[in-house]
Amino acid sequence: MITIEVNNRKIQANSGESVLTVLKREGIRVPTLCHLPDLFPTGACRLCVVEIEGYDGLVPSCAFQVADGMKIHTHTPRAIRARKTIIELLLANHPDDCLYCVRNGDCDLQDLAEELGVRERRYTGAKNDYKVDTSSPSIVRDQAKCILCGKCVRVCEEIQGVSAIDFIGRGSGMYVGPAFNEGMNISSCINCGQCIVVCPTGALRERSSIKEVLDAIDNREKFVVVQHAPSVSVTLGEEFGIKPGNDVLGIMTAAMRRIGFARVFDTSFSADLTIMEEASELVERLNNGGKMPLMTSCSPGWIKFVETFYPEFIDNISSCKSPQQMMGALIKSYYAEREGIDPKNIYSVAIMPCTAKKFEADRPELIHNGIADIDAVLTTRELARIIKLRGLDIRNMEPEGNDSPFGERSSAGKLFGVTGGVMEAAVRTAHYMITGKEMEEYTIKDLRGLDGIKETKVIINGMELGLAAVSGLGNARKLLDQIRNGRNDIHFIEVMACPGGCIAGGGQPLAINKAAIKARMKSLYDIDQSAPVRTSHSNKYIKRLYDEFLGKPLGKKSHHLLHTKYQKRDVLK
Amino acid sequence: MSDAVKRILENYPNAHRDSLIPILQEVQEEQGYLSRDVIVTIGEYLNLPASKIYGVATFYNQFRFKPIGTYHIQVCRGTACHVKGSARVLDAIKRELKIEPNETTRDGMFSLEVVACIGACGLAPVISINGEFFAGVEPEKIKGILNTFRKKGTEHGKS
Ligand code: SF4
Ligand code: SF4
Ligand code: SF4
Ligand code: FES
Ligand code: FES
Repeated sequence: MITIEVNNRKIQANSGESVLTVLKREGIRVPTLCHLPDLFPTGACRLCVVEIEGYDGLVPSCAFQVADGMKIHTHTPRAIRARKTIIELLLANHPDDCLYCVRNGDCDLQDLAEELGVRERRYTGAKNDYKVDTSSPSIVRDQAKCILCGKCVRVCEEIQGVSAIDFIGRGSGMYVGPAFNEGMNISSCINCGQCIVVCPTGALRERSSIKEVLDAIDNREKFVVVQHAPSVSVTLGEEFGIKPGNDVLGIMTAAMRRIGFARVFDTSFSADLTIMEEASELVERLNNGGKMPLMTSCSPGWIKFVETFYPEFIDNISSCKSPQQMMGALIKSYYAEREGIDPKNIYSVAIMPCTAKKFEADRPELIHNGIADIDAVLTTRELARIIKLRGLDIRNMEPEGNDSPFGERSSAGKLFGVTGGVMEAAVRTAHYMITGKEMEEYTIKDLRGLDGIKETKVIINGMELGLAAVSGLGNARKLLDQIRNGRNDIHFIEVMACPGGCIAGGGQPLAINKAAIKARMKSLYDIDQSAPVRTSHSNKYIKRLYDEFLGKPLGKKSHHLLHTKYQKRDVLK
Repeated sequence: MSDAVKRILENYPNAHRDSLIPILQEVQEEQGYLSRDVIVTIGEYLNLPASKIYGVATFYNQFRFKPIGTYHIQVCRGTACHVKGSARVLDAIKRELKIEPNETTRDGMFSLEVVACIGACGLAPVISINGEFFAGVEPEKIKGILNTFRKKGTEHGKS
């Protein structure tokens, strides 16, 4: 412990900490634009500058370590003036677009301009005439709004291990984009949307499907159904000022009905179904010597990552469609049949924490005879926009339940929303399938929490199984490289593309702060802890679905409706 | 991958990031520009993403990413030419062709490069098109000069 002085007040700090870290802990807000909590500081934006006695110039607090006796002043006229000038310069060639911008009201640049009292355009820079890149089904790139903070580049490279984008050119012509400034759709981008989550402005955003969905709802011919992913109910509330981690399932369902969705289904139900198929696949591969380790298939960014960078592992990936696609396939077959609706007239919407799900829904393997499993994917943020657009006051709504027959889930399905959750759910069911008995303790502690790579061993019927749950594709790279180099003590790997899993997905409310993500995680764990049904195989609606329609896991009908295949991708990488 | 590029890479065993610029220079020397394929190849060789290589290459003015045009225009920006107004000449060319230095027109007819003194200071400002010098060029004359070549190129293309 060392003692420093901030704004003439004595404060304890740990040596080695950055000035910014200490200030944050003490509740002193110094603005930042380029800072990413877990990555090495670049000092690019200089917005976080403070004065430190004994130093001539202003010092970027994110990149400067505290030292014993240091005297820091955070809001001197000089520091404030410097910050204001930086914002004014950033605005010099920024489009005056706030009224039409997706980030209006949720933009760091806008907030800072307001906070620092920018009231006139003091500098005018030549505007660049960039074209908006809408080539990707997931990510829209609008370079005119980019302030070159570099966060997207670093997340894509350092967290996701993808490097689809980089700084291109130099000086006033510099911009961020993929190689050869081609469309994102032909780059190595795996559509995760983590770049959107860190972007302080509207330069990166999801490709919106709001209009298509509202048009479908207005179309009398269409029977519009919606499903919502496990994590959405514990994050949506944040868009309405509700504390992170609050489960808003009931009022969200009510709001969806008011929007005009004819049926509301729970993707956690089809997650249970995924577990039935995937656990069977695990058992089958263990018994018959199939390709090992088995890798999960619910995260489409991860799938595309393997197809692009590690095609030799394609056969390791479970052939199970993701819960979104399983639900989609069931709605247009089993459900359509049961209700006597022509599948062509069903418009199937999925609310997802994820931008890669938009890409997944477009995959040609998942469209049969022109009928897609899923017609449109909306992110949690887009759902919030529609709720606001429709003037729905969700805080004052009566909770409602999901529709049958895809409305009742076990809490195992709900756990799909957090890193490690799919694995826990799968182990519960695999244990039952192998031994005929339930596990004594369902929770596997080693697989919980936000660590990027979590490993453990479980023993089922005397057989030791190596398990690994990974989130963040940079971490997946590490593990895949180990396996490539001969590591063979792991049997089952869960990968979620986004660090922390779906609760921190690229389509979630834009809080990258750890506290919010932890609260979202805890909420899912609490739901599991107190649930009456905690395993997919004891979900009686799943049993009924097999009895009435599917037959058995990995059976003919399952194979046809619930499984898929993958392909190597040759893109610019 | 062309043999030439392969040969260049073979001269850099155990190469890593630091070798990127020299490799790019040699390849451009050999092929006249950096093609998409070449960047991918170099990326695989150095274990660097294509976006990174493109980013680095575009940081320096010397690299081009399209083959040079039928007519390659070099604009001298040496001191003598500068004094005599080469900047305005360059502007006129850029405006006429709608390309920046190190780019090639869409039809592949013209490419543009800015060079240091080409040793003809007495004729300043000078441009050279496929090695043919034009002395004392004025911005107003650019259109005419380029049109002559355009015509030649089109007729050539037809025959
Ligand atoms: S990015 Fe922010 S500052 Fe720029 S137009 Fe959008 S809301 Fe306004
Ligand atoms: S979506 Fe993901 S992979 Fe694509 S550019 Fe953004 S961070 Fe990189
Ligand atoms: S696109 Fe956004 S995150 Fe990326 S550099 Fe620009 S402003 Fe920063
Ligand atoms: S946040 Fe410190 S320099 Fe950008
Ligand atoms: S300065 Fe142009 S030829 Fe020498």
